[in-house]
Amino acid sequence: MTDSKYFTTTKKGEIFELKAELNSDKKEKKKEAVKKVIASMTVGKDVSALFPDVVNCMQTDNLELKKLVYLYLMNYAKSQPDMAIMAVNTFVKDCEDPNPLIRALAVRTMGCIRVDKITEYLCEPLRKCLKDEDPYVRKTAAVCVAKLHDINAQLVEDQGFLDTLKDLISDSNPMVVANAVAALSEIAESHPNSNLLDLNPQSINKLLTALNECTEWGQIFILDCLANYTPRDDRESQSICERVTPRLSHANSAVVLSAVKVLMKFMEMLPKDLDYYGTLLKKLAPPLVTLLSAEPELQYVALRNINLIVQKRPEILKHEMKVFFVKYNDPIYVKLEKLDIMIRLASQANIAQVLAELKEYATEVDVDFVRKAVRAIGRCAIKVEQSAERCVSTLLDLIQTKVNYVVQEAIVVIKDIFRKYPNKYESVIATLCENLDSLDEPEARAAMIWIVGEYAERIDNADELLESFLEGFHDESTQVQLQLLTAIVKLFLKKPTETQELVQQVLSLATQDSDNPDLRDRGYIYWRLLSTDPVAAKEVVLAEKPLISEETDLIEPTLLEELICHIGTLASVYHKPPSAFVEGSRGVMHKRLPLGGDIGGSPAMGAGFGAAPAVMPASLNAPVGGGLGDLFDLGGGVGMPMGAYIPPKTVWLPAMKAKGLEISGTFARRAGVIQMELVLTNKAMSVMTDFAIQFNRNSFGLAPAGPLQVLTPLGPNQTIEVSLPLSTVGPVMKMDPLNNLQVAVKNNIDVFYFSCQYPISMLFVEDGKMERQVFLATWKDIPNDNESQFQIQDCHLNSDAASNKLQGSNIFTIAKRTVEGQDMLYMAIKLSNGIWVLAELKMQAGNPNYTVSLGTRRDGEQHY
Amino acid sequence: MLTHLVIGVEMKGCGCVLISRNYMGNMDMNEVDHFMPIMMRMEEDAESLPLVTHGSAHFLWIKHRNLYLVAMTKKNANAALVYSFLYKMVEVFKEYFKELEEESIRDNFVTVYELMDEVMDFGFPQTTDSKILQEYITQQGHKLDVGAPRPPATVTNAVSWRSEGIKYRKNEVFMDVIESVNLLVSATGSVLRSEIVGSIKLKVVLSGMPELRLGLNDKVLFEITGREKCKTVELEDVKFHQCVRLSRFENDRTISFIPPDGESELMSYRLNTTVKPLIWIESVIEKFSHSRVEIKVKARSQFKSRSTANNVAIMVPVPSDADSPKFKTSTGSCKYLPEKSVVQWNIKSFPGGKEYMMRAHFGLPSVESTELEGRRPITVNFEIPYFTVSGIQVRYLKIIEKSGYEALPWVRYITQSGDYQLRTN
Repeated sequence: MTDSKYFTTTKKGEIFELKAELNSDKKEKKKEAVKKVIASMTVGKDVSALFPDVVNCMQTDNLELKKLVYLYLMNYAKSQPDMAIMAVNTFVKDCEDPNPLIRALAVRTMGCIRVDKITEYLCEPLRKCLKDEDPYVRKTAAVCVAKLHDINAQLVEDQGFLDTLKDLISDSNPMVVANAVAALSEIAESHPNSNLLDLNPQSINKLLTALNECTEWGQIFILDCLANYTPRDDRESQSICERVTPRLSHANSAVVLSAVKVLMKFMEMLPKDLDYYGTLLKKLAPPLVTLLSAEPELQYVALRNINLIVQKRPEILKHEMKVFFVKYNDPIYVKLEKLDIMIRLASQANIAQVLAELKEYATEVDVDFVRKAVRAIGRCAIKVEQSAERCVSTLLDLIQTKVNYVVQEAIVVIKDIFRKYPNKYESVIATLCENLDSLDEPEARAAMIWIVGEYAERIDNADELLESFLEGFHDESTQVQLQLLTAIVKLFLKKPTETQELVQQVLSLATQDSDNPDLRDRGYIYWRLLSTDPVAAKEVVLAEKPLISEETDLIEPTLLEELICHIGTLASVYHKPPSAFVEGSRGVMHKRLPLGGDIGGSPAMGAGFGAAPAVMPASLNAPVGGGLGDLFDLGGGVGMPMGAYIPPKTVWLPAMKAKGLEISGTFARRAGVIQMELVLTNKAMSVMTDFAIQFNRNSFGLAPAGPLQVLTPLGPNQTIEVSLPLSTVGPVMKMDPLNNLQVAVKNNIDVFYFSCQYPISMLFVEDGKMERQVFLATWKDIPNDNESQFQIQDCHLNSDAASNKLQGSNIFTIAKRTVEGQDMLYMAIKLSNGIWVLAELKMQAGNPNYTVSLGTRRDGEQHY
Repeated sequence: MLTHLVIGVEMKGCGCVLISRNYMGNMDMNEVDHFMPIMMRMEEDAESLPLVTHGSAHFLWIKHRNLYLVAMTKKNANAALVYSFLYKMVEVFKEYFKELEEESIRDNFVTVYELMDEVMDFGFPQTTDSKILQEYITQQGHKLDVGAPRPPATVTNAVSWRSEGIKYRKNEVFMDVIESVNLLVSATGSVLRSEIVGSIKLKVVLSGMPELRLGLNDKVLFEITGREKCKTVELEDVKFHQCVRLSRFENDRTISFIPPDGESELMSYRLNTTVKPLIWIESVIEKFSHSRVEIKVKARSQFKSRSTANNVAIMVPVPSDADSPKFKTSTGSCKYLPEKSVVQWNIKSFPGGKEYMMRAHFGLPSVESTELEGRRPITVNFEIPYFTVSGIQVRYLKIIEKSGYEALPWVRYITQSGDYQLRTN
């Protein structure tokens, strides 16, 4: 006999009948009735009307029946809060039952009843259960604290449950420890500042011990918790890594991934020349490869994470290309991810194999996969220069197949190859032109038109080809229209005699018959250029193009670091930070990898990861502007000595946050050297020694140029002033704000972290004078987007005084002009990383407000 | 972690929820209604992803036959944990009800609810070992006063996979060493990938709390102990059942454990060695449009002649619109399986060092179908008993129990095909 019979009662008056049965004297009948109620609940019928009758069945000695009633309660208590109180007594009584199974069941269920009134009654039983002699009850009670916290956080804090929970981390039973860790992590997630998981070497040690003994799930909770810890130094980091690596041999893929997360994070702190560092790298590869034998969904999670790992540390999997070869029966989502990783791992050493594979994939049937494979061939050509020729010929072979979407995809990537290697593969243009008619996707059409326009002088019938597109101009997508316009203008500039009519036609189509403002604008610009100054037009339209970069779609370094901290989670699958998809997590701290290398070690530590970030001009301008404002603010005062502006000292690290060490300071530029001027005060009772300092990677590569010169021990209430020279050759990472600097200071007591902001002006170098001509040319070159304007208020200096003042801060006046009573100062600044910033300062006599326009040329960044 | 677990069933393109459990109460039960429409939309677009989103809700799902197991969450949950938990659930349900299907869920909904309550609490997986669960969640009702179950100490013990007090009259351990060969060969006949995935399975019939130690001809171990002359195997990545003391293995490569009772997988390993493909296939598939397809297949066994491969099945793809099959084989028999569009060539027994031929001939319709067909690979199934490709050997299995009984270990070796694909032209 099976339970399915309970689903079959659908008569009228069912509820009434059930009510009668629930109140029956016969135990067996009662139980049958409750089962019917649960069955109805399961199929979605509303049986909440039976609440009092079901609750009456709660006091029973039949475990199965009790569980069913509890289940019913969890479902309906919220809709019947007043009646739910009726159940409280039984719960409290069950929490004292001699059978631990019942005690645990009661405390587990009570936590799931999200009714405020009940939570009050939950406190006492919970307190007892947290100290229960049976570990099964304790582990259940630990989770119950998290449940209660979710309903009423204040209550949990007031009742001191958090402390009890913390105590459970030292419990003798591994499962209790694991659940306590899980509960604390859950609570900490909603209260990022609560400092709940105050992990220290002692508690870490306890966790590592429990790690060896608890269930697979418990191991995951502990590993995920460990990943939030920041070891004090590289030695601690290594010892944790050593104890975590055995987990890589666990049969459960999730345990393996969580262990990988901890290792990837803590590895960051190990010096690269350490033998252990190399060993660890080697140990990571085999388990990552084995993850690909797991179930497809787990493979997918693994592949998304491997994608992050190969971006962060390509050396781990560089010899494992073959395992990412696609199998015929892989699900499509696995195939696409494997392809992505293949391209990332492609190098000169393995390119032949990769290409052979990609060619094979390009003849498959799944359209998405084929497209991506074709695109991948193009990416290989761009990434591995030696293979470009082979890639191009492979693409040509594929074009010969005449499969429509293959041809189109191939043309799109060939356009990119042309851009990367100009004047190298133009011989293939003829073949491309043969396929003109089969192109029906905008991207492919636009790419083809670009090619025709770019190489118009070598294509005999370029005008005919472009003209053929022109016929249906208005039916094309904007992308194609814009490209067509540009291509015809290029053609005209190259072959003006034959194509006058064509260019007229396209210009009028674009300007007069189109509703699209972008198209009209571009049309007018060309028109005016062509009609006023054809030579200038040539310079603009046929200007040399910058080369395209090798790696596209790389994840931005700070995001990558954050995602590495989230290995295994949804964030790592989406490749988005949790704040982007979890509600209410906006204020939550972004996770970061720890500082590289050992504190106090060589400042070059941690160099070599990540490309230099592309500092966006817009964000650069903001702090520069702010800095300039500061310069003037002070300039307004009297009696300032000539010389660079030095902001007043501020407290960076208050004593209460650093066990008695207070640090205040400022930055200055003296004789061409950037100095960090620090005042260290010992407000603790004991003597401090062994000071060392280290910076996190930052926007301008600031790093200590020497050790922190605190040679004598710092006694209580003593203060010492030190000046730390800085270099700008350290590792670079874009910060937000740009001039943010994260600093770690170590002493005999602990490591402390703080962040401060340096005035951008201290990065202005002494040789920032620019030739007038160069200035003029550069100023013109600055794209509008890169310019910003702002006002400086209330500054009573005339132009000469201002100019002198600014020169003290290495801001050089290149030229001065007076137009309609306005003084215009043109100034140049050179940053330590070689970026030039140009400024125009307008001041009107008698008006204390200045207008500053700042600009920087984008190209400038590519030099550095 | 995950907040909601739903088992739903797919019926004729639409779905309905069979049973569900809300673990955290911060998510509306109705959210799941968005799931099936998303799945249907993806199916129309021939897309597929194991993770889909609706608003702020994330659905992580797996499919077992026609059942969907869906976990829902609104947080940044550990996705690897969720999938691994879902597969564990399938395992648990199978242990309980033999097969996980719509009927078995309906027939046992009370037990299913009990299990869902026990395996996860507030989104945290708890005990998922079905042997231990069966000790206190049974399919019969219990009276509390007479022998109601208590949580076995095992649930929370450090040894959470074996209960105390197990007794057998005869103590034995059966050990199966099974190696699967994964092979991928390109159409031009070069081996792209060859991988051995091994697994050691145990059937433990032992009393008490025995301590077992397993010795293999592990290369790393032999190097540590300085015995380098013997034939050894370099295990690339080893995964263990949670009963094995991982830190001990990490330290001195000793595999020591207290085994779970009954059947379990003790360990698995992977080797990337370039062994000669055990069964090599050469094929010529000639397609004459609008008239016929001719297939020639040569199969060669490339292992020592004292071993024999059994139940060899070679699946050769044919166009889906082929008809009127004709076969000729030098040994074995051929079958056309139109539903899979393959010819299956069966060879009951295939000794090492032999070569067999098969020819097949199909007619093709004069009107060509417009549908593009992928070039499917030839796949091969086989098993070779008393043989391991890697050469792995069990050197000893020591069994120590404090009562001091004698126990016999039995070891069997077998090599079989895993994902064995040879691409065709």
